[in-house]
Amino acid sequence: MGNNAQSHGGAAHGTVKEYIVGLILSIVLTAIPFAVVMNGGVSSGLTLVLILLCAIAQVFVQLVFFLHMNTSSEQIWNTTSAVFIVLIVAIVVLGSIWIMQHLNHNMLMGH
Amino acid sequence: MANKATIVTDPDPIFGKLTWDSIPFYDPIILTTALVVIMVGAGVVGAILYYGKLRYLWEEWLTSVDHKKIGIMYIIAAFIMLIRGFSDALLMRSQQALAVSDSSGVGYLPPEHYDQIFTAHGVIMIFFVAMPLIVGLMNLVVPLQIGARDVAFPFLNSLSFWLFVVGAMLVNASLFIGEFAATGWLAYPPLSGLEYSPWVGVDYWLWALQISGIGTLLSGVNFFVTIIRMRAPGMTLMKMPVFTWTSLCANVLIILAFPILTVTITLLTLDRYLGTNFFTNDLGGNQMMYVNLIWAWGHPEVYILILPAFGIFSEVTATFSRKRLFGYTSFIWATVCIMVLSFIVWLHHFFTMGAGASVNAFFGIATMVISIPTGVKIFNWLFTMYKGRVKFDSPMWWTCSFLITFTIGGMTGVMLAIPAANFVLHNSLFLVAHFHNVIIGGALFGYFAGLTYWFPKATGFKLNETLGKWAAGLWTVGFFLAFMPLYVLGFMGMTRRLNYYDNPTWNTWLLIAGAGALIILIAICVQFYQVFASIRDRKKNLDVTGDPWGGRTLEWATSSPPPFYNFARTPHVMDRDQFQYLKDHDLAFKQPAEYERIHMPKNTWAGIVIAVLSGIMGFAMVWHIWWLAIVSTAAMIVAFIVYNFQRSKDYYVEVEEIERIENSYFEQLNHIENNDLSNDTNEVSKPGHSLSITA
Repeated sequence: MGNNAQSHGGAAHGTVKEYIVGLILSIVLTAIPFAVVMNGGVSSGLTLVLILLCAIAQVFVQLVFFLHMNTSSEQIWNTTSAVFIVLIVAIVVLGSIWIMQHLNHNMLMGH
Repeated sequence: MANKATIVTDPDPIFGKLTWDSIPFYDPIILTTALVVIMVGAGVVGAILYYGKLRYLWEEWLTSVDHKKIGIMYIIAAFIMLIRGFSDALLMRSQQALAVSDSSGVGYLPPEHYDQIFTAHGVIMIFFVAMPLIVGLMNLVVPLQIGARDVAFPFLNSLSFWLFVVGAMLVNASLFIGEFAATGWLAYPPLSGLEYSPWVGVDYWLWALQISGIGTLLSGVNFFVTIIRMRAPGMTLMKMPVFTWTSLCANVLIILAFPILTVTITLLTLDRYLGTNFFTNDLGGNQMMYVNLIWAWGHPEVYILILPAFGIFSEVTATFSRKRLFGYTSFIWATVCIMVLSFIVWLHHFFTMGAGASVNAFFGIATMVISIPTGVKIFNWLFTMYKGRVKFDSPMWWTCSFLITFTIGGMTGVMLAIPAANFVLHNSLFLVAHFHNVIIGGALFGYFAGLTYWFPKATGFKLNETLGKWAAGLWTVGFFLAFMPLYVLGFMGMTRRLNYYDNPTWNTWLLIAGAGALIILIAICVQFYQVFASIRDRKKNLDVTGDPWGGRTLEWATSSPPPFYNFARTPHVMDRDQFQYLKDHDLAFKQPAEYERIHMPKNTWAGIVIAVLSGIMGFAMVWHIWWLAIVSTAAMIVAFIVYNFQRSKDYYVEVEEIERIENSYFEQLNHIENNDLSNDTNEVSKPGHSLSITA
């Protein structure tokens, strides 16, 4: 971990194989929601769930295969920071929604 | 002083809202202050010109990217702002001591002036005293502690500093041109909205905080990268000095919390300038969202202030107890826990706003939980002292005073964290006493300990010890006298920010608090005299070895003041207390056989120029001088582009120059070695001889 002032981390490059796997996965994850919506055979609730799941999976595929986020010593700081930021943003956003929902209810805003 | 007559509703195309009426000629207090400031300012500028020091000042300081010089400038600026912030405190204490309505009337400050004073006091003390003190100490110490040559982005560091200065200048300008916010330091809407604060006070607040806040954010990024990427070889995370660790956590908090401030202020700015309705009373605005957001920044902010102070106490306690810090690992984990927990407690600043029982209970319990890792640290320091050979130099006085004072503050904090009790104590003087208790008795005492401890490293000579102990003692007595009565007054029902009151039983306590403030005034005077006397007598307190206290970490392994490149050879770290390790193994103070040339950043005009332009932009925005705002913004962008196209931003220090600097240092060392006995009385620690016991 960053012990050497001369090392330039944060710019790891993937292999061709990684990029191809990433490309195929992201195409598949894009194609599934399209197929589900265009065929229209599934109920609308299930469609939404499928789209959401594919979207979340898509985010991870892009992070791992294109932004090369992993637990190698070069990338651990990027990964840790990303996880921590997601955690804090989730706390602040969900906390605010929870608090504001309470305040809204108790203060009879808009009533 | 928002006289109805002075408020310009249709801005002039050239001067915006600015007219001669904007300058408060009618207020004798402000006018006298303005004259004194102008005379002192003219005197300083005159002296610089008279002695022909302008070029020196520009080349060696104002354009410097050297982290040590930037650190020193931060600290000087902080002390100048401390004078302003403390004057505000004295005005408030004297007003409240006088303003009982059945004796001498209602004091001497009219409400609209008093409101600006308490706002300015809060804003200045947090943003322009506490923040620069801690960022200044980080600048001074962190690169030295990790064995780096400078911070990761030296230009950005200079820019951060000047953005902070510009923010402070905007606050000061508001005293003499126009008015400052009269809203309390966090400017809650709708009071800070256009409807209730129609003139420029809140705009000054917005732009001063926005500009200096961006400076702080850049500092946070800079130091985070510096600590992560630029540590000396061998310094793994768990070998990092404690102050660097706590600074790292504080910088993580800066990176995550300050964007919330930026966005919140931006939304309020939009409300005031473009007529949006984020926080207005009607049209779907919700001012409770502002309170929620500003505290989502505000709570991490208090840990940004206190965590590095905890680090300072750890360095001081370990050094003066001549032992390793007790429970290093538990201390680091406690710090990291606080860092995360500080993001789930922000609601405790507004328990009474109307959230339900479940929300209040969650945040109340979370707040109490955060006192556990803090308590762990108290025991770290106590057990470090236990069976140590404690030397009571003045940094230790601050530390011992802190341990008692901060524990009291922590306990009243837990009281405030009980939602049911909070409904009684909220917005009372009990709260005011609590946060002064933790910020003065926690953060500020820590900064003073750090300043005393690292002063010889920055300047090459120690501060006067006797005066330092007097300052610590007077500050402690003054603090208790000034703030313990406020706890009592809080229980008696006195709310904060009162301009006058009609309950005579409060008056006695306010008189005692006023006396406490006067003792703190004496303490501050002693501190200024201490700096003056120490500079005058510097020959008696010279630190020729670079290690005046028997320090344990790397910053003491170089000369005092360190050469601009810090270390001639990058150290290889074997131990957590690396310098102590070197001394124990008789490896310290050894001149390396050969040197290599060193790669260093060049000074740059860009930081100060871009920051000054941003200040002009801020001033223009405050007064609605649109053309000037556009011109200065464009100039900022141009300056940044020009800077980026400059080719030579760095250079190499040649071996001959390094040899010359290093040889003179080692000659000094040899000189002391030879005069060992005669120097004993000077308390100059002997190179190569360790006084310490390693636990």
